[in-house]
Amino acid sequence: MKNTALLYSVLQTGLGIVLCGFFGSSLAAVELIDDRGRTISLQSPPQRLISLLPSLTESICALGKCSQLVGVDRFSNWPLSLQNLPKLGGISDSNLEAIVQLKPDLVMVEKSSPIISRLEDLRIPVMAFDVKTMADEERTLKKLDLALGSKESGRVWNQIQAEIMRANKQLDGSQKNMRVYFEVNAAPYAAGRSSFIGELLTRLELNNIIPESLGPFPKINPEFVVQAKPQIIMLSDTSVADMKKRPGWSDIPAITQNRICTFKKDQGDIIARPGPRMGEAALILSQCIAEKVSLSK
Amino acid sequence: MSNHSLSLKLLALFAVSLVLIALGCFFGSTGVNWNFTEVDPIILYEIRLPRSIGAYLAGALLGLAGAIAQGLFRNPLADPYLLGSASGALLGVGIILCLSYAGEDSLTTLIGMNGGAFAGALLGVLAALLLAGGYKSSLRLLLSGVVIGVIFSAANALLTFVRPDLYQSLQSFMLGNTSLINWNATVLMALALCLCVPITLLLSPVLSALSLGENTARTLGLPLDLLRLLLIGVLALATGFAVAQTGLIAFVGLAAPHLVRHLSGGRQRTQLLLSTISGGILLLGSDLLAKSIFAPLEIPVGIVTAVLGGGYLLFLLRRGQIGIRK
Repeated sequence: MKNTALLYSVLQTGLGIVLCGFFGSSLAAVELIDDRGRTISLQSPPQRLISLLPSLTESICALGKCSQLVGVDRFSNWPLSLQNLPKLGGISDSNLEAIVQLKPDLVMVEKSSPIISRLEDLRIPVMAFDVKTMADEERTLKKLDLALGSKESGRVWNQIQAEIMRANKQLDGSQKNMRVYFEVNAAPYAAGRSSFIGELLTRLELNNIIPESLGPFPKINPEFVVQAKPQIIMLSDTSVADMKKRPGWSDIPAITQNRICTFKKDQGDIIARPGPRMGEAALILSQCIAEKVSLSK
Repeated sequence: MSNHSLSLKLLALFAVSLVLIALGCFFGSTGVNWNFTEVDPIILYEIRLPRSIGAYLAGALLGLAGAIAQGLFRNPLADPYLLGSASGALLGVGIILCLSYAGEDSLTTLIGMNGGAFAGALLGVLAALLLAGGYKSSLRLLLSGVVIGVIFSAANALLTFVRPDLYQSLQSFMLGNTSLINWNATVLMALALCLCVPITLLLSPVLSALSLGENTARTLGLPLDLLRLLLIGVLALATGFAVAQTGLIAFVGLAAPHLVRHLSGGRQRTQLLLSTISGGILLLGSDLLAKSIFAPLEIPVGIVTAVLGGGYLLFLLRRGQIGIRK
C-alpha cells in the first residue's frame, strides 16, 4: 500500500515535470510572420541581435533591448551607446562576412535588402520589415515585442502619440491649415500624404500641397511647387541656398515671407526615420512653424 | 610559338589563378588573416571560397565574351558593354526582379534571373546588329551598340522609377557586386563556362578567318553567317550569366583580351583561352584589393577593375601596342 502511494507520487511528480517542460517550451517558442509573409520561429528570445536599418535599431532600443544588439548598419547612430558597436555596411552593401562572424541569432533588415537570401542560405534567422507609415511602425513595435520578449510597445506607441498631440497643441488656429511643402531631396522629391512625414503633417493639421494620389515620396516638377504657392517650406539646411535660386521660386510666399524650416543633420535623422522618435519629429516641425509664423506676422 | 611554350604560359596563368583563389580565403572582412584555424569554417567554405571562385568565373566569362566580341567584329574596342549585351542582360535581370519578388532564393528565381539575363544580352546584341544593318561596318556596329546600351539603361532607370522598392537590388546590380555570390551561382557560372569555352574553341577558325577580312573568310567556304550567329549566342550566354550573378562590372571584358594579346602571338584559339583566364585573374585580383584595401569597408569592385584594367590599357595605348585598324 505504502509502495503504491510512493509510486503514485513519483508518477505525479514525473508527469508534473513533463507537463511543466511541455508548457515551458511551448511558451518560449514564438512564431512570427515578418513583412515578407515568412514564418520565423524562435525557441527563446534572441540574445545576439543585428539590425541593418536605423529606424529598426531605434525601435529595438526604445523597447529596452539595446544591450542585445551586437552590430548595426553604418547609418544607425542613435542612441549614442551604439557608437562602439561594429558597423556592418549600408543597405545595399552590407558586409556579409562581418555579420556571420558576429554569430547573430536574429538579423533584422529592410524588406528589399539584397542580403536576405544570402543570410537564409547560411541558415541565419532573418526578420524583414517594411516600414513606410505610422501604422507600419505600430505593427513593427508589436512584432519586435513578441520577438524580443519585451512588453514595451504599448508604452512606446502611446508616448509617440502623446508627443504628436502636444506638437499639435503648440500650433494655434492661424498656423494650422497652412499650405506646406516638405522636400525630402533636392531632385526634388516631396513627402506625400501617405508617407509617415505626410502623416505627421496631417496630424499637425497642416495642408500638404502634394495630393494623396501622387503616393508616398513622389518626384515632382519644380513648377508644381511654384503653382501650389506653399506658405511654409521644410527641407534640409544643406539645400536651402540652391532652392532659393530655382527659377520662379523667389515668388513663393514661403520664400518671400522667409517661412522656411531647415533641419540640421541630427534633426533630419529624427524626421526621416519612421521609428520611435516620430513624436520628437512632430515637435521639431511644430516648433519651427510656431517660431517662423509668429516672426513673420 | 610552339605548343610547348603555350602550355607553359597556360600553366603559369593557372598557377596565378590558384594562388589568387587561395588568397581569397585569407582576405576577409577584418583584413588579412594568415591563420586558417582562427577562421570560422562557415565563413571560409560558404562565403570566401564561393566568392573567390565565383569572382574568378565571372571574370573568365567576361574575358571570353570580350575576346569573342573583339575577334568577331574585328574591333579592339568591342566588349560586352559597348555591344549592348551587358545592359541588355541587366535589363533582363531587372524585368525578372520586377515580376518576381527580389529576396526569394528559390531555384526558379535563379533560373529566371539567368534566363532573363541571357535573353536580354542576346536581344541587346541582335538589336545592335539590326540597327547597324549587319556586321559590315564595325564603326556603325559600335555606335548602335552604344545607342542600345543607353536605351536599355533608360529602361532600367524607368523600372526603378516604377518600383522604387527594387531600387536597392537594382543598384547593387548596376554597381557590380561580388560579395553575395553563393555556391549555386558559382555552379551556374562554371556550367556556362564549360559550355562556352569548348564551343568557342571549336568555332575559333571562323575568328581566324575573319581576322583576314570578310572576303577572304567567305572564300574559305565556311557557313559564315550561321557560325557568326552561334558565336553571338555564346557571347550573350557568357555575358548574361556573368551579369546575372555579379551585375555590371566594367572593363574586364575590354581589358582582359588586351592584357594577353602579346602572349597569344595573334592566334585566335590561344587568344580566346588566355583572355578567359586573364579575365578571371583580373576580376578576382580586383576583388581581393576591393575587400582588403579599406577593410572592413569594401569598395565596389567595379572601381578597382576600372582603375587596374583602364590603367593598363592606357599604358598599352601610350606604348602603341593597341593597333586600331579601320
